[in-house]
Amino acid sequence: MADLDSFRAEAREWLQAHAPASLRGHRVDESGGNWGGRRAVFDPPEMKDWLDAMAERGWTAPGWPRAYGGGGLEPAEAKALGQELAQLELPAPLTGFGLTMIGPTLLRFGSEELKREHLPRICRGEIRWCQGYSEPDAGSDLASLKTRAERDGDHFVVSGTKVWTSYGDLSDWIFALVRTDPHARKRQEGITFLLIDMDTPGVSVKPIKLISGKSPFCETHFENVRVPVANALGKIDGGWTVAKVLLGHERTMIADVFSGMARLQERGGSALPDLARKYLGGDGGIDSALRERIAQIEMDTRAFHLTVQRTRDAAKAGHQPGPESSLFKVFATELNKRRSELAVTIAGPAGLGWEGPGFDDGELARTRSWLRARGNSIEGGTSEIQLNIIAKRVLGLPDAR
Amino acid sequence: MQLVLTEDQELLAKTAADFANDHSPLARVRRLRDSGDPDGFSRSLWKQMAELGWLGIPFPEEYGGAALGLAELAVVLEALGRKLAPEPFLSSVLLGGQALLLGADEAQKRAWLPGIIAGESFLALAFQERRSRYDLKRVATRAERAGDGWRLSGEKIQVLDGTVAHAFVVVARSAGGEADPDGITLFLVPSDAQGVRVERQQRVDARNAALVTFESVALADADRVGAEGRGGELVERAVDRATVGLCAEMLGSMSEAFDRTLAYLKQRQQFGAPIGSFQALQHRCAELFISIELCRSAVMAAARAVDAEGAEAARLVCLAKARCSDAAIQVANEAIQMHGGIGMSDEHDIGFYLKRARVAELSFGDAAWHRQRWARLGGY
Repeated sequence: MADLDSFRAEAREWLQAHAPASLRGHRVDESGGNWGGRRAVFDPPEMKDWLDAMAERGWTAPGWPRAYGGGGLEPAEAKALGQELAQLELPAPLTGFGLTMIGPTLLRFGSEELKREHLPRICRGEIRWCQGYSEPDAGSDLASLKTRAERDGDHFVVSGTKVWTSYGDLSDWIFALVRTDPHARKRQEGITFLLIDMDTPGVSVKPIKLISGKSPFCETHFENVRVPVANALGKIDGGWTVAKVLLGHERTMIADVFSGMARLQERGGSALPDLARKYLGGDGGIDSALRERIAQIEMDTRAFHLTVQRTRDAAKAGHQPGPESSLFKVFATELNKRRSELAVTIAGPAGLGWEGPGFDDGELARTRSWLRARGNSIEGGTSEIQLNIIAKRVLGLPDAR
Repeated sequence: MQLVLTEDQELLAKTAADFANDHSPLARVRRLRDSGDPDGFSRSLWKQMAELGWLGIPFPEEYGGAALGLAELAVVLEALGRKLAPEPFLSSVLLGGQALLLGADEAQKRAWLPGIIAGESFLALAFQERRSRYDLKRVATRAERAGDGWRLSGEKIQVLDGTVAHAFVVVARSAGGEADPDGITLFLVPSDAQGVRVERQQRVDARNAALVTFESVALADADRVGAEGRGGELVERAVDRATVGLCAEMLGSMSEAFDRTLAYLKQRQQFGAPIGSFQALQHRCAELFISIELCRSAVMAAARAVDAEGAEAARLVCLAKARCSDAAIQVANEAIQMHGGIGMSDEHDIGFYLKRARVAELSFGDAAWHRQRWARLGGY
């Protein structure tokens, strides 16, 4: 305990000395912050100094080993560092799928060469990663993916199309699932997890427009792209195991994002009762049916946060993760859909704006969020797939024949 | 607030689960119902529970209690709820006992609490009326000054365990009109007092409930519980505590009904396959699982918040009861549907879970009531 206290004090002192003062209290939204990469944009410019200082110290990835550019901190120390950052109201120095998805997967499955090649560059924010899983004909049934990787000496030649590659147009490398053995006995067995430099000839990226408008999603095409065989993460034809572990990271991350978003919305005055007061004018306007719908969403949000807390408290007490964590993704996303839908209902005609005059920024954003939220229960494993997982793995219900 | 059981609480949960398994199979509940048992529960089992110290959990040591809280009592009630044990925790330990603990003077507490904790005396809270629905402050029963004392007249419905109660804590109106939130006073009325009439009511769950009428019952001022006119808040706090206890019981019974249903789905064959392999049923089971897990979080939080008398306590009680009410009935309805025809037969035990779920759902405020209350407490 004394060690942790002294670490905390040291960390605080270091942060106070090295964090650009202008960044104190700097807020970033979902797509803001430092995502790094070859085409990184630093807004404000001090974000670059902040990234470099933290990366130098190993604190962009505080829990990773020092040998790969991390901070080598114990979980309790990493948590204390996070608390000190929050206390000083400093933004995260670096964010993105390198830190949250491919990094942890490399640490678990990567060869020494792959770890030394990629992890330090992730920590320094030099490379931005994106994910190549889904395909036009392989959504929920991911194992039916068709992107081919044919062996040619010490290279694979990759051809096919990946879809829903978030920030594909801004990323430098992609981790992709490719089919290396089309004749495998089971579809899951002929798949390899491959790391691909997007600057390689034959890779092209096209942004996708959503029902909500502009989006970070892209379609990524591969046409005879030559990728070194050494870039396979895990065993050749054994990529499915790697892919599933990474999906676990992704679902935890998605639940965290929604948990955080709900809190921000409540604090930022876009809590539903505030909206009701604004658009319906206090007691007179809020009828009992609407009051109950608002309460239902608020209460479901609270029950969800309490369940997340229960998991965390159990982990702190040394228990194995309980079955309840399997509900996070499906419940958080369905709840976010209901909340954004009710927000538009409350706004009434003011909730219908797409762009232009007659609507304020909040109203326009609310319409777009409502539309965008429809995708929450599709991306990262549909709600139906989540329910399948609960039914089979948690409840032990038998497979259909 | 830590949402995890301590080692002591884990141990208590284990003891309670073993006790419920050994002493309270569903066959016992069925027998109590079919024999038309006048008490609706077992007095000897109640004594055993007293000896285990469970009745004293939410009372201070000076009255013979264990000085623990709802967090501990919830663990016991959940285990008993799994087997639908009908012993009178809600009436005697929670509604009546907590009303006295929170509002009575020292002499009243010394007179009643040790007996309750020992399982020798029974108390009941008479609060519900024909027109009150869930509104604790809608009270037509009148208490009028008469000399140095009072005269009490009115009717209370579905008084839990009313036929065994040695005394009633009666919610009465000492001033104002029927729907006035102020002017409510509580009285302790012995069940053998002149003018008290108790009649057993038969509800769908076959537990003990009574219609109790008070006809110009003469009371001393010393029979008053708490300050005159301040009974509204008192009854609200006592019912909130009982609500947490009821929610814990519901959590147990919905978990058991769900487990029984899952077991049936794995065993029952149709179309040459276990029906649990059909996705139409699997997804509904996954939804039930989610509902129950959220209930568990809410019940644990409510118990701990009420124990700590935190600012958020009442809202968390609303959350727990709204969640449990919805989930209990959702689980019970699905349990019957998924059992199919056999689920409709009285011979099968699953129907007992539906009947108890329905009673629990509509006791101390249903889900809609608690959502409205949550909103009101949140200022909208």
